Amino acid sequence: MSVRKISAVLTQDVLRTLHAGDRVELSGDIYTARDAAHKRFCDLLDAGKPLPVELRNSIIYFVGPSPAKPGDPIGSAGPTTSYRMDPYSPRLIGECGLTGMIGKGPRGQNVIDAMTRAGAVYFAAVGGAAALISRSVTAAEVVAYPDLGPEAVRRLTVQDMPLIVAVDSAGVSLYT
Amino acid sequence: MREIQSSVISAAVRDLCLKAAFDLPEDVMERLKYCAAEEESEIGASILRQCVDNAHIAANEERPICQDTGFAVFFIEQGQDCRITGETLFEACNAGVRAGYTDGYLRKSIVRDPLFDRKNTGDNTPAVVHVKEVPGSNLRIVLAPKGGGSENMSRTAMLKPADGPQGVVDFVVDTVVCAGGNPCPPTIVGVGIGGTLEKCCEIAKHSLLRPLGSVHEDPRYADLEKEILERVNASGVGPQGLGGSTTALAVHIETHPCHIAQLPVAVNLNCHAARHSEVVL
Repeated sequence: MSVRKISAVLTQDVLRTLHAGDRVELSGDIYTARDAAHKRFCDLLDAGKPLPVELRNSIIYFVGPSPAKPGDPIGSAGPTTSYRMDPYSPRLIGECGLTGMIGKGPRGQNVIDAMTRAGAVYFAAVGGAAALISRSVTAAEVVAYPDLGPEAVRRLTVQDMPLIVAVDSAGVSLYT
Repeated sequence: MREIQSSVISAAVRDLCLKAAFDLPEDVMERLKYCAAEEESEIGASILRQCVDNAHIAANEERPICQDTGFAVFFIEQGQDCRITGETLFEACNAGVRAGYTDGYLRKSIVRDPLFDRKNTGDNTPAVVHVKEVPGSNLRIVLAPKGGGSENMSRTAMLKPADGPQGVVDFVVDTVVCAGGNPCPPTIVGVGIGGTLEKCCEIAKHSLLRPLGSVHEDPRYADLEKEILERVNASGVGPQGLGGSTTALAVHIETHPCHIAQLPVAVNLNCHAARHSEVVL
């Protein structure tokens, strides 16, 4: 099966060519966030305040990495289970222009509906292949919520991160 | 009476934390390799091969197999003639976890208050410690760090005795299949049958420690293990829930006497990063 290289600036014209089952290698800058950060983002949206990061045409990777060993950009960094972000993702897609998400496990219909409405893609990374995945990360820095420790928002620079298109912008899902 | 210093226990526990996080047990590795070769789906086989590669990288480079280095769960057998001096056993385990999770660059994944503040404790303590008294003077410590994802898909049911073996099998299969990709399949399915509510859950978790490939000594339960495994692997959920013939690596049942009015069943799922380490002091 062929593998396609894509950029982390995920514009509508590119994401609409991605189909469920496609294998991709992603390069560029992505953000990390889990439950706690997503809740803070949505609380800011409720208050009409700006988010600490620009999400338009961006990708969020649902991950809480283990601490980096000295000299490494990041520790082990496999995906966390995505359904926990289901309450929040539709708003980030609809109101902030988020176009990509990386995680593991199926998404709820509310998320898939937002993805088809606004145009977004959900990629699966292999859960538990955390040491292998971390090899794709060339740089990492905390950009928001350092108090959350492993759950802080980070900007990761990735090179050829192997992903599977799990749910595409037409709403087709690989999950049975 | 033999005495063991709590500091000796802490030092041993520190080492257990690193070993469990970095070194996938041999029986799990072998099972993953076997399943990777047998897996019917191309995507599934590729995923399983990545899991095997990942385990090699983690062991060789002393990195966590998974970033979720888990809740530190201990099963300890304390000899009747073994007395611990210094700190309590619980404190000694926590000190070892604190040291291991710092020295090993492991993730601190515990929050103090579960519902309101949810502030990280910063050192992956407290641990959960199950202790059993046994004959002799040894202290056997087993650490099985438990990741959150698979734990989240675990379930209990207080069945009626009339539900019988079919009721148990149906509940277990339903739990695994409905969990789909969320617990990071292929999973090891730990099943507790009997006991009280909390005892049932404890034995379900304990059953995960059995070597893969072993079967229950009672052939009636061994048959249930086999039936559940076959049905789960026929479901098509597959590695990471993306389809395939390997949804579970093994099913282990552990039983306990139970109340005349009850048939408690607990399903504790473990992901494929089935980590554990042990020491006998």
